[in-house]
Amino acid sequence: MTDTAVPTSAAGNPIGFGRMLRKEDVRFVRGHGNYVDDVQLPGMLHGAILRSPYAHARIVSIDTSEAEAHPKVHAVITGATLETLGLAWMPTLSYDTQAVLATDKVRFHGQEVAFVVAEDRYSARDALNLIDVEYEPLPVVVDAKKALDADAAVIRDDKDGKTDNHIYDWEAGDAVKADEAFAAALADGGVVVEQEMLYPRSHPAPMETCGTVAHMDPITGKLVLWSNTQAPHAHRTVYAMVAGLPEHKIQVIAPDIGGGFGNKVPIYPGYVCSIVGSIVTKRPVKWMEDRSENLMSTGFARDYHMKGRIAATKDGKILGLQVDVLADHGAFHATAQPTNYPAGFFHIFTGSYDYGAAHCKVTAVYTNKAPGGVAYACSFRITEAVYLVERIVDCLADELGMDPAELRMKNLIQPEQFPYTTPTGWEYDSGDYPRALQLALDMAGYEELRREQAEKRAKGELMGIGISFFTEGVGAGPRKHMDILGLGMADGCELRIHPTGKAQIRLSVQTQGQGHETTFAQIVSHQLGIPPEDVEVIHGDTDNTPFGLGTYGSRSTPVSGAAAAVVAERVREKAKIIAATALECSVDDLEWELGRWQVKGDPDNGKTIQELALLAHSSLELPEGVEGHLDASAVYNPPNLTYPFGAYICVVDIDPGTGMVKVRRFIAVDDCGPRINPMIVEGQVHGGLVDGIGMALMEVIAFDENGTCLGGSYMDYLLPTPMEVPMFELGETVTPSPHHPLGCKGVGESATVGSPAAVVNAVMDALKPYGVRHADMPLTPAQVWMTMQGRPLRTDLAFTD
Amino acid sequence: MQVPAPFGYERATSVDHAIQLLEQLGPEARLVAGGHSFIPMMKLRLAQPEHVIDINPLAAELGTISIDGSDLVIGAMARHNDLLGSAVVGEHFPVLHDAERVIADPVVRNRGTIGGSLCQADPAEDLSAALSALHATAVIRGSGGTRTVAVRELHTGPYETVVGDAEMLTHIRVPIRNGCGSAYEKVERRVGDWAIAAAAAAVWMDGGIISDAGIGLCAVGAEHFVSTDAEAVLRGQAPSDDVIAAAAAAAAAGCNPTTDQRGPAEYKRHLAGELTARALRRAIARAQGAAA
Repeated sequence: MTDTAVPTSAAGNPIGFGRMLRKEDVRFVRGHGNYVDDVQLPGMLHGAILRSPYAHARIVSIDTSEAEAHPKVHAVITGATLETLGLAWMPTLSYDTQAVLATDKVRFHGQEVAFVVAEDRYSARDALNLIDVEYEPLPVVVDAKKALDADAAVIRDDKDGKTDNHIYDWEAGDAVKADEAFAAALADGGVVVEQEMLYPRSHPAPMETCGTVAHMDPITGKLVLWSNTQAPHAHRTVYAMVAGLPEHKIQVIAPDIGGGFGNKVPIYPGYVCSIVGSIVTKRPVKWMEDRSENLMSTGFARDYHMKGRIAATKDGKILGLQVDVLADHGAFHATAQPTNYPAGFFHIFTGSYDYGAAHCKVTAVYTNKAPGGVAYACSFRITEAVYLVERIVDCLADELGMDPAELRMKNLIQPEQFPYTTPTGWEYDSGDYPRALQLALDMAGYEELRREQAEKRAKGELMGIGISFFTEGVGAGPRKHMDILGLGMADGCELRIHPTGKAQIRLSVQTQGQGHETTFAQIVSHQLGIPPEDVEVIHGDTDNTPFGLGTYGSRSTPVSGAAAAVVAERVREKAKIIAATALECSVDDLEWELGRWQVKGDPDNGKTIQELALLAHSSLELPEGVEGHLDASAVYNPPNLTYPFGAYICVVDIDPGTGMVKVRRFIAVDDCGPRINPMIVEGQVHGGLVDGIGMALMEVIAFDENGTCLGGSYMDYLLPTPMEVPMFELGETVTPSPHHPLGCKGVGESATVGSPAAVVNAVMDALKPYGVRHADMPLTPAQVWMTMQGRPLRTDLAFTD
Repeated sequence: MQVPAPFGYERATSVDHAIQLLEQLGPEARLVAGGHSFIPMMKLRLAQPEHVIDINPLAAELGTISIDGSDLVIGAMARHNDLLGSAVVGEHFPVLHDAERVIADPVVRNRGTIGGSLCQADPAEDLSAALSALHATAVIRGSGGTRTVAVRELHTGPYETVVGDAEMLTHIRVPIRNGCGSAYEKVERRVGDWAIAAAAAAVWMDGGIISDAGIGLCAVGAEHFVSTDAEAVLRGQAPSDDVIAAAAAAAAAGCNPTTDQRGPAEYKRHLAGELTARALRRAIARAQGAAA
């Protein structure tokens, strides 16, 4: 982790990779960020959404007359209004439909029913109380396990011929081969361990809620949409396709964004309503969710009921893994993932271990809950997959009476096996897993921890050590396999080099806090030797940036980062021609030294990139066919995902009298290839570890028997604070990706993906004296205490006596 | 952003003025002090007062913490952080410092007031339990004059107190008696959360015997936030593991927790006993002069 070899700029920043403060923080720490809610336009109106108090009810009537009579109200829009425009329903990212405003019935608590446009936010909210909706409550489907019962209410009777709540069945792997492996294991005296586990519904809960300012100019017909979207270009295209607006007349501007975590990938009804509101009133319309609206109605995460079976020889060689999943998708199938992967990348569940047989079957169902499903830094459901395999490997270790570190070490894929094709078809690009696990064990002082645990256990004290080893696949495409609504997952990038050698790079991806304005400048710096402070990163405005699919699934560095590297390389090659012309030599005689083309064997004879930029714009006569300037563009279509990995160890202490869990230590060894800015990577890992601890110990969106959301505020949906997390102990190994031009792998979600299992494994390890092998997250004090009584609770439903 | 329903705003310049405004504006007027419970409720429109009377200008008049005779007197406008920062409070009643350390977070404690907390009467209000354990009294003023009520008689139910529509709580008086030791124990899902359960213990020791005791319970449906059964078990006894266990059992048996997302009733009942025992052990140790 030394940065000693890195040359620095006049401003003290590294030329290329290395630690530097984030360029964007200059405005953030001074309160000069510019978020959607900061956008103020002349004549701007404010929208508010009336939401359903019921989880499932028929709408008998809606009377908006009193609201319309409110002196400050400009428009009241209902599903009936939208029906006349053909916009009452919109397509989801999973080829289902979702109600923009309910017409026939409401299908989840908090669903959008009407939209009021008024002169200010207060009046808009007041007018919601003046809308009279008569509902006829219907039986609700709350428990996903009962969604397919014959007598379950049919939620999606809007779909022709729909008579049940089934969405899809999806399989991966080889069922026959898996069955054979299990049979062989048992025949040979091996073991089979089965475990049910829930990855409960959670919420990304970004600090900034979702919102938009829509301005349809009635004269020019141009729609400008300020929106805190993670995918501005994809949104523009979808608006064009759905609303029939001409795409060149749509400009989506994603300004500063206060956290996304996948929550800001979908198009929400509020965005469509704001656009309609602007069309109807001929004024700009702002709509910002409040906190409860965000938690109750926008893209949730997880909600996977999983049943795993793992087979192994009696000495601990894993032979196979089978998983059945019941996926709760809520009232509309609106998960955001590549088209060919309805369960996201869940079938990476075989994890980091070498065995030949695996199979999973995912059944998805509708319930009377908010739609969504892929969000919260999950790498398209790799979070659920890693949790499943890392939890069940611990269950296997328990069954075998084997140390969980030893069991993992015995089964990890070996470095020489890469590229490694998994039984479900993934091709892991590179890795040295044993090295990462060993480093984590060494950092933790694993043997000593186990000794301490044994001493404490003898005294009745509860201490637990949990390990998790994860492999992620991040950076979707390739575009031939991966698209969203038919849009291939490749990213454009443009680089302009100004005559003075300063640069502007235009990205398709939009940052939500990841530090793009710094890291992409560093990529250009690394490739061209231009100081990072001389590189301006432009992003988030579809009129000013090239097309691309957006920032989620840890894809910015793997895809757009590669595009930036490629485009900078093109600039460098162009500069080489200009250098050869200026130096009156052949291009073959030139060699690249950071920031400079020079004559081989004559290093004093060369031109810096800044000199070459000026020459490129000068009257220098260029060779036949060579155009002036240094600008370049590229579209990067990744040949494969990148596969970051890591080894995490968590140490917990539990108060047996109260069930309170204290995370004492957390050791995280991450391998994401070379680190562009190690400080930013460490920040990403810190954030993800906090997420993971939150998920394991406190975060959950549960529902009561009426389908009422029980996590609709930060008093009910608990996010961890610095008081609940330890000082993190980070380690690093570096295994470059062989196919990424910089060797980099994505890292934004690694810690969120890898850490929950480590925490849960630690808690269950501590609770071993109580003889319970598994309890579902979140492991709140109540859940831990109930587990100690041998009766862990279901955490997706309201607790009952 | 959540926005409240329309309301009128008045600013009181004295206690008499505040009471006068309450009388003028009627029962739909509410006092706002720190506002850290009330304003969120207004924003969620769970509370929709017609008028809000801001009593923050009374902070000087009602914000002091002092000794008056044999009582510790806490002004209703004292902020949580004032209580936490008061050496005299810590000297006599460490239970209050224990409790304040686990009430919300520093931002809330900087602004939230003691009087506001008690009058909000949340069933999980830590100070209701702690002050009840200390046998504190509440001083309530109306246009007809001043009356005092035991803090353990202040609450008539969740979010309800005996403070009348045109009255305001002005002070808390905590009697200082010799041989006192006190402590607070709380279990929460996360720092800053309301208690899953909490217990306050106060003992007054006289010649090795517990001459008086106060057991406060929070968030477990204990009537008036106390366990008089546990207090009865303790009174007149020399402290011992058995006595503590018996008091804890009485506290657990006498409370009436409800199941919610913080946990099942049986867990909360268990906590009522466990935390009573823990608080008692520390309170007794403190009464005996030990550091705890």
